[in-house]
Amino acid sequence: MERLKKWLPILVIAPSIVASFIYVFVFAGWTFYISLSDSTLLPSYNFRGFDNYASLWANRRWGVAYSNLFYFSAFYVTCAMAFGLLLAILIDQKIRAESFWRTVFLYPLAVSFIVTGTVWQWLYNPASGIQFMVNSLGWTDFKFALTTDRQNAIWAIIITGIWGSAGFSMALFLAGLRSVDQDIIKAAQIDGASWFRTYRKVILPTIAPIFLAVAVVLLQFAIKTFDLAVALTNSGPGISTTFPATYVYDFMFQRGEIGQGAAAAMMILAALAVVLIPYSLYLVWRRRREAGHG
Amino acid sequence: MADMVLGATKAHDREAARASRRHLLARIVIYSLLALFSIVYVVPLLVVFFNAFRSNAEISAMGLISLPQSFNLGAWPQAWSDFCIGGQCDGVARYFWNSVGMVVPATIISTALGAINGYVLSKWRFPGSEIVFGCMLLGVFMPGQIALLPWAYLLGQVGLANSVYGLILVHCIQGLSFTTLFFRNYYVGIPDDLIKAARIDGAGFWRIFFRIMVPLSPPIIIVTVIWQFTGIWNEYLFGVVLNSGSNQPITAALVALSMSGTSVRTYDVMSAAVLIAALPPLLVYFFGGKYFVRGLTQGAIK
Repeated sequence: MERLKKWLPILVIAPSIVASFIYVFVFAGWTFYISLSDSTLLPSYNFRGFDNYASLWANRRWGVAYSNLFYFSAFYVTCAMAFGLLLAILIDQKIRAESFWRTVFLYPLAVSFIVTGTVWQWLYNPASGIQFMVNSLGWTDFKFALTTDRQNAIWAIIITGIWGSAGFSMALFLAGLRSVDQDIIKAAQIDGASWFRTYRKVILPTIAPIFLAVAVVLLQFAIKTFDLAVALTNSGPGISTTFPATYVYDFMFQRGEIGQGAAAAMMILAALAVVLIPYSLYLVWRRRREAGHG
Repeated sequence: MADMVLGATKAHDREAARASRRHLLARIVIYSLLALFSIVYVVPLLVVFFNAFRSNAEISAMGLISLPQSFNLGAWPQAWSDFCIGGQCDGVARYFWNSVGMVVPATIISTALGAINGYVLSKWRFPGSEIVFGCMLLGVFMPGQIALLPWAYLLGQVGLANSVYGLILVHCIQGLSFTTLFFRNYYVGIPDDLIKAARIDGAGFWRIFFRIMVPLSPPIIIVTVIWQFTGIWNEYLFGVVLNSGSNQPITAALVALSMSGTSVRTYDVMSAAVLIAALPPLLVYFFGGKYFVRGLTQGAIK
């Protein structure tokens, strides 16, 4: 009885530990092994080395996928951060009906990117959406047909992605701005610093860690981009808006190239690791340093 | 002398007037920017909302973005029970209920497990419990693509392939790392002395959990439930890969619906379908906004 009492907490958590362990390590290991096998339509366990990776990197479509990812990430992360910061600063100016404005900018976070993407796909449709509206207002030459244009379709995803995520970075920045010590701000104002200078020299530097956190989270979203690309353009026109995540889906479940799909999935995992491992090491280092100072 | 004082007050007045003018100008700029941006945010929602009540003839003549001239409710029953999705003509109702049947149990189970795990990992630490917590956290960052093949295989083995029960299992385990993280970080803030005192009084593991921890938990329970509910309801990848046909959740049905490329797009019916799919998480957001934001910031920063 005493023994049971001692072991009870561990027994209670054991199933969750086992499930998490399987989920994290066994699943990742299994997918990794498949990526080294000659699996096509069905999983097979014949070891083939890194052939799948070689053919993945030789595939033109994969080239499109990862250059899209770089392009998308660069604009999506910086613009969603900049726009979110602007919104956070505006909302931080002791405005009326603050929660109303916040609600307006944050609601896209509550709905799925499938819903957002579907609706924006209609808006981008030149025959009925934004172009049609501007044309019927009188500007008949106006052209806005991103989703039907190979060169520019990626911009449709970038714009909608920013629209959907700016509220998120706004919320994080706002939490940061609210945590800044009011005395420092007052001291700066007494010294005669202008509004702009107070932000640039005093407030924003103190919330620098938040910039990094927001960037890391947005980058993570970018690497996992799937729903938005499916709902907005379905990787098209042609293959022009393929992303790594849509590539995985396509190769695993549409073309029956499980091995190569698994290799692509491992590349997504690697991309996440490249972003997250340095970041978590940095967090540990910062916590240690703070503990050392405290 | 008097002149000088008068001059000084005048200068002061002028200064004050200039400051208040500048203040007013700043206010105007702030509110106009906010108004401008909120138009960008509200218009897509209004477009869907209006078009769900406009006639399709009107939409094709006037475009999607215009004020409604007609009002009809016909699109709603059609979207709910008649519309054809992938060859099946019984609307989104079936998929909606699939999502409900998936999200309710998965949210309850993953939240309950998260509470118990968080309780053990914060108040009943054992050798290696920090490592266990670290490993569970890794699950937060795992991309779904890595788990697709293993899940498909595993669910096939246990006979849950292409079923809502399979998705419940997937989302419970997927969500475990997040819910554990939420509860563990919340419970760390509850003083250990409280637990020690209860143990001296003879309270055991479960008694402390139900009598002390759970009554202190409503805020974090709400945050976690909202987080899980919206996350699972909006999930698409697993829904479309692991299930097919009439067993898919509503997100997958929505994609199938908007891609079933008939030549004439029935925007009225599709708008109603989009609203039906978006409504549950939107309601949760509008009524629990504060907790939604709290979950968002906690989930992101930690």
